[in-house]
Amino acid sequence: MKIKPGILFARLVAVVVVAIGVSLAVPLATAQNIDMPRFRWENFTTANGLPDNHVFCVLVDGDRIWAGTENGLGRYENGAWKIYRPADGLAHQAVLSLALDKRTGDLWVGTMGGLSRVSAGRIDNFTQLNSGLSNDIVYGVGVQGDFLWAATAAGASRLNTRTGQWALFNERNTPMFEIWTYSVSPAEDKVYYAVWGGGVLEYDVKTEHWKDYNDPDGETELVLMKDQGLIHEITTSVSYVDKILWVATYFGASRYDGRYWHNFLQKDSGLPSNFLNQIKGVDGNRAWFSTDKGLAYYDGTNWAVYRPALDTHKPEMLVRDASGAVKNITVQSAPAHNYILGVDFQGDDLWVATAKGLSHGIRQHGSTETAQALRQDKATQGTAIPNR
Amino acid sequence: MLGRSDYVRKITWMVRSAPIASLISALLLALIFGLILVTTAATPPAKQDEPTTGDRYLSPIEMALSPDGRLLYVVCQAGDELRAVDIQSGKVVSTVPVGHVPSGIALSRDGRQIYVTNAWSDTVSVIDAATLKVVRTLPTGFEPTGIVSDHSGETLYVANRLSSDISVIDVNTGQEIKRLLAGRGASYLALSADGKFVYGTHIYPNAGAFRTPPNSEITVIDTARQAVVERKRLHNVAGVFHVALSADGKLGVAAQLRPKNLVPLAHVEHGWVFGDSLTLFGDDVGGTVQVPIDELERYYALPWGVAITPDKSKMFVTTAGSESVTVIDVRKLLDFTRNYTHTRKQSFVNDLSAAANYVTARISVGRNPRGTLLSQDGKRLYVANRLDDNISVIDTSAEKVTSTIDLGGPKTVNALRRGEQLFFTADYAFQGQFGCANCHLDATIDGLQWDLEPDGFGKDIVDNRSLEDLAGTEPFKWNGGNPDMPTECGPRTEMYFYRSQSYNAQELSDLVSFVYSLPYRPNRYRLANGELTPAQERGKAIFERTKYKNGNPIPEKNRCAYCHSGPKYTNQRQIDVGTGKPTDRSPVIDVPQLPNVVYSAPYLHDGSARSLEEIWTVFNAKDTHGVSNDLRKEELNDLVEYLKTL
Repeated sequence: MKIKPGILFARLVAVVVVAIGVSLAVPLATAQNIDMPRFRWENFTTANGLPDNHVFCVLVDGDRIWAGTENGLGRYENGAWKIYRPADGLAHQAVLSLALDKRTGDLWVGTMGGLSRVSAGRIDNFTQLNSGLSNDIVYGVGVQGDFLWAATAAGASRLNTRTGQWALFNERNTPMFEIWTYSVSPAEDKVYYAVWGGGVLEYDVKTEHWKDYNDPDGETELVLMKDQGLIHEITTSVSYVDKILWVATYFGASRYDGRYWHNFLQKDSGLPSNFLNQIKGVDGNRAWFSTDKGLAYYDGTNWAVYRPALDTHKPEMLVRDASGAVKNITVQSAPAHNYILGVDFQGDDLWVATAKGLSHGIRQHGSTETAQALRQDKATQGTAIPNR
Repeated sequence: MLGRSDYVRKITWMVRSAPIASLISALLLALIFGLILVTTAATPPAKQDEPTTGDRYLSPIEMALSPDGRLLYVVCQAGDELRAVDIQSGKVVSTVPVGHVPSGIALSRDGRQIYVTNAWSDTVSVIDAATLKVVRTLPTGFEPTGIVSDHSGETLYVANRLSSDISVIDVNTGQEIKRLLAGRGASYLALSADGKFVYGTHIYPNAGAFRTPPNSEITVIDTARQAVVERKRLHNVAGVFHVALSADGKLGVAAQLRPKNLVPLAHVEHGWVFGDSLTLFGDDVGGTVQVPIDELERYYALPWGVAITPDKSKMFVTTAGSESVTVIDVRKLLDFTRNYTHTRKQSFVNDLSAAANYVTARISVGRNPRGTLLSQDGKRLYVANRLDDNISVIDTSAEKVTSTIDLGGPKTVNALRRGEQLFFTADYAFQGQFGCANCHLDATIDGLQWDLEPDGFGKDIVDNRSLEDLAGTEPFKWNGGNPDMPTECGPRTEMYFYRSQSYNAQELSDLVSFVYSLPYRPNRYRLANGELTPAQERGKAIFERTKYKNGNPIPEKNRCAYCHSGPKYTNQRQIDVGTGKPTDRSPVIDVPQLPNVVYSAPYLHDGSARSLEEIWTVFNAKDTHGVSNDLRKEELNDLVEYLKTL
């Protein structure tokens, strides 16, 4: 069928107008009509069974929630908490990091006194005395196939769970000029380490080579060359998802796609603070940020912050659009505290580790977009804690 | 029990009261026996002749029945083969060569595939049941033993004894999907009747704190998730062997040993050294319940194979050290268990009068009975007599052996085989309580530390040592007190272990021959090409170093390679390396051989080092056991990696 030139032109004009309209619509949208995920928050403290209110990390294992606290590991299942402490076989009461081996169901627990493996109720401990682990302070753990990667206060350790062989990585065999490794995010092709004061280290699984990424501004708090590299040397968390690396530091966050860096600062993004304890990517475009001033979510364009208001302590949800417009959304609940240390996903829900309790963000449905925003089917991620 | 002073008094009394002629006769006899000992002790015995037929012994250990019940498949461990027996005729109809030291067998649900684990090849042989040919070989973990096929026929579960894990294998691709953490010495598996769960048992206890009661576990795998979902803890239990489940899924049973290794073994007359027992689990009992099978004055050593009749009326247990099958009335057992625990609120596993309430028969079978199997109708029980190369067929109603299937092994029994039979029997110990194989399970170790000598509670605690390739490692005992194997296996065993008759000269010679014949198990940490990995190479350099890092020479006697020298990595001397404990009568320790040291945790003479690392990180503060305190952590790791290759 032939189309007359006049009609064709009119259709082209219409398509262009619609396209322009759509493209304008996104940036012109205000915070008022952006649908960011909303939650009803239920908070756990020692009053209802949590081992301790200072929660360093949280991990979701199906219907089971693991919370690493300053005084024990808690397992929440069927509405009840079970607590593991050294008397129960745990390496140490201060639980800093958690990782799940999704193939076996085994839980790896990084503590202030070694590494514990919890397998169907049995706990085996690995320490710097009884094993090849480099140091007993295990800030981060991650599982990559048959390998367990640990971020310790004395470099990186890797355990081959089939042979029992340990490999240690430190300043002598990597570009790690600081050995205070803080977080690890292993995937099939790469393993990333956040090195507190030493930027980011990348391990190429295929070539077995290490590479470091550092702040081009050096070890300063200046940002002279934003988006030209890692935002700061004091890194606290890494999350490698869909071949995109997300990095948290005490001075902002970074995203790296293998070629370009993009940095996020409080002054030019929706981050409520530049002080980040953890970052967890949903995919290559979306991530959750655990800061000292609330939990933040970035959907690739817009931001949302969830916290008790810093002044009134009343529940607060802030939404910031691409133009920088911020709207305060009325909410009835908030995470237990604005000092956030970690987050994990349970379907559409969130579990959040804070300095004053564990919070369960129960997704309030109404938008398919937000449901997608939380879903993550990637490899096991390591979690870490920020403070000494 | 007689203490050392009691013995002295007893001998003094005998000397005073015996007529002179009798005394002279006794002295002459002692002299002759001593000469025999000296003769046999001088050197390890020469390699014994093979059976006169030229064939290898078969050592049947596990069995499976074809779905139609016509063929009995028998895993012949020493023969490295599977033999198929026609049940009707009782004749071997086919022989299938498999890998080295086959140890377990399973059939696919449709019976078309036979799976045999090869413990020393680290493989599974897949045999086509129609042609009885090996069609594929699948890789596993270290020393695969027990195996089951799930109901779908798509997944195999393999218990790996040395890597202490369970391989999950995709039958279609032949690939190992993953390894599940098991207990130490994962060995036997059973699938529940509904196919939902796999239950695994372990020949060694799990690692525990020094001088605490041993613990083992029954590992429960959810076949839908292919993950471990439960570990049933077995307190005071070390070796656990076969596990079986009733057809209704409500009763499980595992055969096990309860060692009393925390009290001196010299107390053998006061009570059992091992409690031969079972763990019951499932809805019929709730939780786990341990029940004894021994009697007041007779023990049924090394309960190994277990089977429950389809109607759950009877339970059969092979006792590998006592050449018998114990028959248990399940209803009586359950009634007794419920009544006892209900009324007394306590365990009766140490009550030697209990078994009389549910054990209905002890059926004599061949030597070292292991695997056992019921026909589908439950009317016949097959028992693999490992050291007789035959199968006992038992009528389960009459509770009698009705026939014996000869598998066609050699008709002569040579010295090595006689020695092996002696090693695995419990006949020589007081009341048949135990034999060599109770502590040296399958001629290896038991992972335990024992208080052997009558020197008081908690004195001279010793870790169980490996028996692999012992020639050239004399003397024996951790203090080097036994100059040779005949002394170790003869008078010492009689006096301190068995408290009963000992071996005559011929038996002792045979036993020593067998012990000396035990080879090294394959070392899985060496590269196939014989080279060392970079980490192992670095570790070797540390092992062989002669200087501190600061360049100063390490005194010769404090170098690793000084004491651990020669082909067995021992200079065969006794040295104080600072690892003695206040409970030791002497800090002087026999230098142990190192080959396959990776398999024999825990370490040091008393087993106080739970890992190779702890030998130096915990017990070498003053650099008296080699120089380790100038090593970085990664260097110590390298040394450990090298030691694993020895």
